[in-house]
Amino acid sequence: MATTTHDAGHGAADAAHGSSGMPQLDFSTYGNQIFWLLVTLVVIYLILSRVALPRIAGILNERQGTITNDLAAAEDLKAKAVEAENAYNKALADARSEAQRIVAETRAEIQVGVDEAIAKADAEIAAKAEESEKAIAEIRATALDNVKIVASDTASALVAALGGKDDTDTIAAAVAKRTEV
Amino acid sequence: MGKLFFYVALALVLVSGVLFAPETAGLAIHPMDQFTVTPLFGGDHIAWYTPTNVTLWMFFAVVAVFALLVFGSANRGIVPSRAQSVAELAYGFIYKMVEDVAGKDAVKFFPYIITLFMFIVTANFLGLIPMSFTTTSHFAVTGLLAVVVFVAITITGFVLHGVKFLGLFWVSSAPLALRPVLALIEVISYFVRPVSLCIRLAGNVMAGHAVLKVFAGFAGALGAASFLPIFAITAFYALEVLVAFIQAYVFTILTCVYLKDALHPSH
Repeated sequence: MATTTHDAGHGAADAAHGSSGMPQLDFSTYGNQIFWLLVTLVVIYLILSRVALPRIAGILNERQGTITNDLAAAEDLKAKAVEAENAYNKALADARSEAQRIVAETRAEIQVGVDEAIAKADAEIAAKAEESEKAIAEIRATALDNVKIVASDTASALVAALGGKDDTDTIAAAVAKRTEV
Repeated sequence: MGKLFFYVALALVLVSGVLFAPETAGLAIHPMDQFTVTPLFGGDHIAWYTPTNVTLWMFFAVVAVFALLVFGSANRGIVPSRAQSVAELAYGFIYKMVEDVAGKDAVKFFPYIITLFMFIVTANFLGLIPMSFTTTSHFAVTGLLAVVVFVAITITGFVLHGVKFLGLFWVSSAPLALRPVLALIEVISYFVRPVSLCIRLAGNVMAGHAVLKVFAGFAGALGAASFLPIFAITAFYALEVLVAFIQAYVFTILTCVYLKDALHPSH
């Protein structure tokens, strides 16, 4: 601001040569100012309309386009992410149901094997039991025969010892009568 | 850091007030000398083509506009640099103003209106540089701007609407008896528009600069107490920065309002 005061002092010396009062009302300078103002306005207009304004409008449009594109791309990526998530969930569910299916199948297979084995074992047990029964029956039969033989032998020996006559038929009949169950 | 600078500046002002006070404290205030139009290369006669300080500072205005809007946007960045954001801000500001105030069909006048705005705002700000010459402080300059706006808008109105443009002055919503009176008032107000545009801009700019100069003169006269007017100048300078922009804004938005009248003259 020191320079401004200096200017004022300087101007005071110049002020002597006329143009007292407002320089704005000095009409002799109007032509000059109007001429240079017209030149200036035309130059600024040409600069703006030829270069600056189209360029700035282009920049703004480009930016708007970029923003729109970016938003669209973001929307796209978001849709893709949702799709991927869905696919993942579906794969998970598929795998789960597949696993359950395999489990059920395996269980059924095992069940069949078990049933078969049980049936086979039952049959074997039944066969063994029958065989045993047969053997027991045989043993019982032979035992009865032996009893008869022993009984008739004993009876004939007793009869002989008592001095009786060895009557085989009577003894056999008596033994058969006694051993009848 | 800022505080430190503030105190250093404060100390500098106080010390310089003591050391550089003029020996003879005289009140030499010539607030209007800064507006004198002088030839750049000597001589007394000012013809219409003579390069003067008007020429110089208008040239600087052109350079400033070119630097801001052309160099500033040279990179065409999607993410703008600082200069480019200012250029885009100016563009968007005026474009929106034209669109909002004068309507969508006024957009074809946008290059003319932004030319006006950029010239006035750069001339106003360049005028705030100490020792500079303020072209917009002259009635010749602002008057021509106002007349150009007035003539252009009147011609536009008549070209677009023919005689119907005169309906602008015939307030059809008023009672019939009042209409001639209102028409007279409307016509007067219409012709006062360029005068008010011219005087408002030049008057504001001139008054502010003259007041700064008056305070500067006080600073020369007060000796050691000169820091007082220097503080006042600082405060007033801030106000002038505001005025520089606001007057450009007012001129432009009034142009848009008048343009709207020319495009849609019905009340």
